[in-house]
Amino acid sequence: MQFRDHRVMGDILDLARRYRDEGADELVFYDITASPQGRRVDRGWINRVAALLDIPFCVAGGIRSVADAEEILHHGADKVSINTPALADPRLITDLARRFGTQCVVVGVDSRAEHGRYRVYRNTGDPRLAGDAGRDTVEWVREAQARGAGEIVLNCMNQDGVRQGYDLAQLRLVRAACSVPLIASGGAGTQEHFAEVFEQAQVDGALAASVFHSAQVGIGSLKIYLQSRGIEVRT
Amino acid sequence: MDATVAIVDGGGANIASLRFALARLGREGVLTTDAGVIRAASHVILPGVGAARAAMDKLREAGLDTLIPQLTQPLLGICLGMQLLFEASEEDDTRCLGILPGTARRFEAAPGRPVPHMGWNRLRRRSAAPLLDGIDDGAWCYFVHSYALPVTDSTLASASYGHDFAAVAGRGNVLAAQFHPERSGTAGARLLQNFLERY
Repeated sequence: MQFRDHRVMGDILDLARRYRDEGADELVFYDITASPQGRRVDRGWINRVAALLDIPFCVAGGIRSVADAEEILHHGADKVSINTPALADPRLITDLARRFGTQCVVVGVDSRAEHGRYRVYRNTGDPRLAGDAGRDTVEWVREAQARGAGEIVLNCMNQDGVRQGYDLAQLRLVRAACSVPLIASGGAGTQEHFAEVFEQAQVDGALAASVFHSAQVGIGSLKIYLQSRGIEVRT
Repeated sequence: MDATVAIVDGGGANIASLRFALARLGREGVLTTDAGVIRAASHVILPGVGAARAAMDKLREAGLDTLIPQLTQPLLGICLGMQLLFEASEEDDTRCLGILPGTARRFEAAPGRPVPHMGWNRLRRRSAAPLLDGIDDGAWCYFVHSYALPVTDSTLASASYGHDFAAVAGRGNVLAAQFHPERSGTAGARLLQNFLERY
């Protein structure tokens, strides 16, 4: 779920309730404007989401310290996801893992193909600040795990928002380097895309936003479809 | 005895979701280390996040290591809280409360099977108990843990991660879930409801 400040609370709660009822296995709340603007997410909403949800959820955006993460977890989130701040100071991953356990620590990686290499991008929530983080994607995924990441969400930017399918080649490459749960992100447009990413990239989960928001793909029917393809899903 | 649900405060971060789950069932969970409050509660929940030794130290500091085994009202251990109810944990070689027999052992990581075991997994019912009423064999529940109890006589339901382990256990008033009922959808809500209403 991506939202910016102008998105009113009611929308967030309505979406959370809708996805819970449709059978989502986990929700991720991204405040994609938090890092570039150097501010923190307003945490008041987390409590209200936690009161509503009976499935795990993760909060991402603007988490720069152990104290930031602690506040979020105290409000009822199950995990925190860090991206740009981890690139600025990778020790943050280690500090969070030591304090809360690796199961709480998700590292989000925005990655795009350039000249046949996959490169990590930072500050991707703001087009003016977004840029190459100076790291190779596979190397960064290895480092993040070594530092205590309990889960990797790989957002393949070339595919993001275009609904042409997940970046299977990149996900396969990262899968080979990733021994913690790997979640595919970016590119889902049809039910077949979800089946492909599980079958061909052996990811542990598939994340999507716009196809679910627009109801182009329904979570309930998606799960029935995946089952019919022999992919085990929670029903 | 009053209608309070006492949640034993082990200092972990993630108690909010458990309190909200109880609120959805119309009950208030009171976070406490106070022996009087715990003794007077209708139900006691021992949650747990973090490491076994730190959690046991915290219980000992509050004098709860002797109180909890003496409780006669329904007691539910969740996740690490389940492991604390047993004799010991391999985690930092910790002696636990010893109410139920068995030792929590660490999962061995294998390709495609990282530790911690984190995510949705299915229950296999092993024996009938009111705690599992209305929860189907094969129900999906949400797990986050690196250590687990072996399947023993007290196991009510198991799950499998490399090998079978105890996912739900119980004997008398002492009950335990290795998964997080507060995050396990309708199956988890039902388990909490059964705990509150059937015990």
